[in-house]
Amino acid sequence: MESLVHVCLAGISAGMFIWLVASGLTLIFGVLRVLNFAHGSFYMLGAYLCYTCLRFLGVNFWLGVILGPLAVCLVGFLVERYLLRQVYELELPYQLLLTFALVLIFDELVKMIWGAGSIGSPTVPGLSGSVEIAGRNFPTYNLFIMGFGPLVALALWAILEKSWWGRIIRASASDREMAAAIGVRVPSMYTAVFVFGAWLSALGGALAVPYVGLLTTGMGEAIIINAFVVVVIGGLGSLKGAFLGALFIGLLNSFGTRFLPSVDMFLTFILMGAVLLWRPQGFFSGVDR
Amino acid sequence: MNRYRSYIIAAVALLILIGVGYFSSRFVLYLAMRVMILAIFALGYNILFGRTGLLSFGHAAFFATGGYGVALCSLHLSQHPLLGILVGIIAAAILALIIGFFCVRHTEIYFAMLTLAFGMMVFSLMWNLRDVTGGDDGLSGIMRGSISLGLFKISIMKDSQFYYLVLFFFSLSVVLIRQIYRSPFGLVLAGIRENHVRTEFAGLGVKRYRLAAFVVSGAFAGLAGALSLLLESNVTPFAAHWSHSAHPVLVSLMGGMQTFSGPIVGSIIFVALREIIERFTYNWMLWFGLILLAIILGFRGGIVGSAEQFLQRFEK
Repeated sequence: MESLVHVCLAGISAGMFIWLVASGLTLIFGVLRVLNFAHGSFYMLGAYLCYTCLRFLGVNFWLGVILGPLAVCLVGFLVERYLLRQVYELELPYQLLLTFALVLIFDELVKMIWGAGSIGSPTVPGLSGSVEIAGRNFPTYNLFIMGFGPLVALALWAILEKSWWGRIIRASASDREMAAAIGVRVPSMYTAVFVFGAWLSALGGALAVPYVGLLTTGMGEAIIINAFVVVVIGGLGSLKGAFLGALFIGLLNSFGTRFLPSVDMFLTFILMGAVLLWRPQGFFSGVDR
Repeated sequence: MNRYRSYIIAAVALLILIGVGYFSSRFVLYLAMRVMILAIFALGYNILFGRTGLLSFGHAAFFATGGYGVALCSLHLSQHPLLGILVGIIAAAILALIIGFFCVRHTEIYFAMLTLAFGMMVFSLMWNLRDVTGGDDGLSGIMRGSISLGLFKISIMKDSQFYYLVLFFFSLSVVLIRQIYRSPFGLVLAGIRENHVRTEFAGLGVKRYRLAAFVVSGAFAGLAGALSLLLESNVTPFAAHWSHSAHPVLVSLMGGMQTFSGPIVGSIIFVALREIIERFTYNWMLWFGLILLAIILGFRGGIVGSAEQFLQRFEK
């Protein structure tokens, strides 16, 4: 029974990282209609840059979590303004290929700068201990992550549904020309949304530094595959779908590793296959296609 | 004149390739084989990409399956290369049928995403099934047995002998894919790319045709993977990695995805560029990404596409 509680807790905290990546992915898709393959690279860059801040600037972990993703925002800005903007009008494969080329470039740059091997990671000030839950110790940091994920979800919902910004974003998402006609500066807003999405993903990466324990160049691809599975299940463009999907995939992975270790990585794909047969557009599809 | 031009070019190319087999050094032979294997991979891939208009990021999985098929067949069953290649192609086609069954339910964005995810599933499977696939070490030291055809045996141990087997399969693939493009099936695929709604209205099951194109191109990827294993005598899970799936995409784009010979020309440039770049840097993938970026931003017709446009303007 105790172990069951802990399997749940581990699954939820793992799901929160997937949620941070999937939220940016689905937000960017919902507004820009571009699937960003490089979103996992932003996650990886966020983690590596946060680590660099800690290691070489010697700053506090929390400052690293702020600074790392901010640097990724700059990368996101450059990508949208100077590359993606060139291909919005082109056929879809070119947009996909452009972000795919970025994955290759970012992966290789990270290998060149930080090395292909894994580098150790630091502990978190303030949250380094553990608390006893159901008879076993559970890291305090993971508890914080479990609270932080839903907080981000709440903030996103508030921004999109209640604020002036959110109304503009939703208006442009549903009809780009009409929004432009009534005076929304659509290109700037696209940039803003892309940068914000990149920030969400990089934030996930930065927060993952103490969680994963070591950084590898494969971390970006591992999380983007999970995020893809999540948006297939939840429906591309739906934040609600991304949140519930990420939670579900996190739990499924965690239970799989605990009870069916030989087939654990298959479970997500079997689930994805089943969803594709049953509801090809996902459960909360924001897109009608 | 125009009608015969492609035949003349093909005949000259074949003569040159046979000549390469007779007179070249081992290094040139090796590169020529790499070009032909990549060209089979890319030509097959382009049935799906250029012809049907579906962008797959998971074809490396079929390539790797072809390789593992030969390796496992040679380790456990028989060293006969033709049997191994057959096993590799069939295994790749079956895998393509299973994965394609799920993927063709969507197009464009979802399709690209699904093929990438399923491709990575195959990658992690090959990585984790240590007992069968040798885990991250892969399977190595696979010997090339001789081709026994009843009465006589053909040895393919030496590279100069194996070269002709690769050349044979390359020519066969070119002819086969050419026939596919000219067949009613190939025309339906082009119709799907141009307007799938209208194709559906014409009474053709678009999903079934897409799946068929997926399986056919997966089978060619399997053939390329099988030949690649026989050439290198080893296979690792990285053959199934998504970054390897990018190779046929880049090759088709460089050569020109809307042309028949584009993938072949692209393969030559790809292998040559890689040889040159790897001379002075280890970070080949970075350059690979930058080239892809440059093509997308400024050079979308590819080399053969641009050359054809130039010729057309010239002839007017």
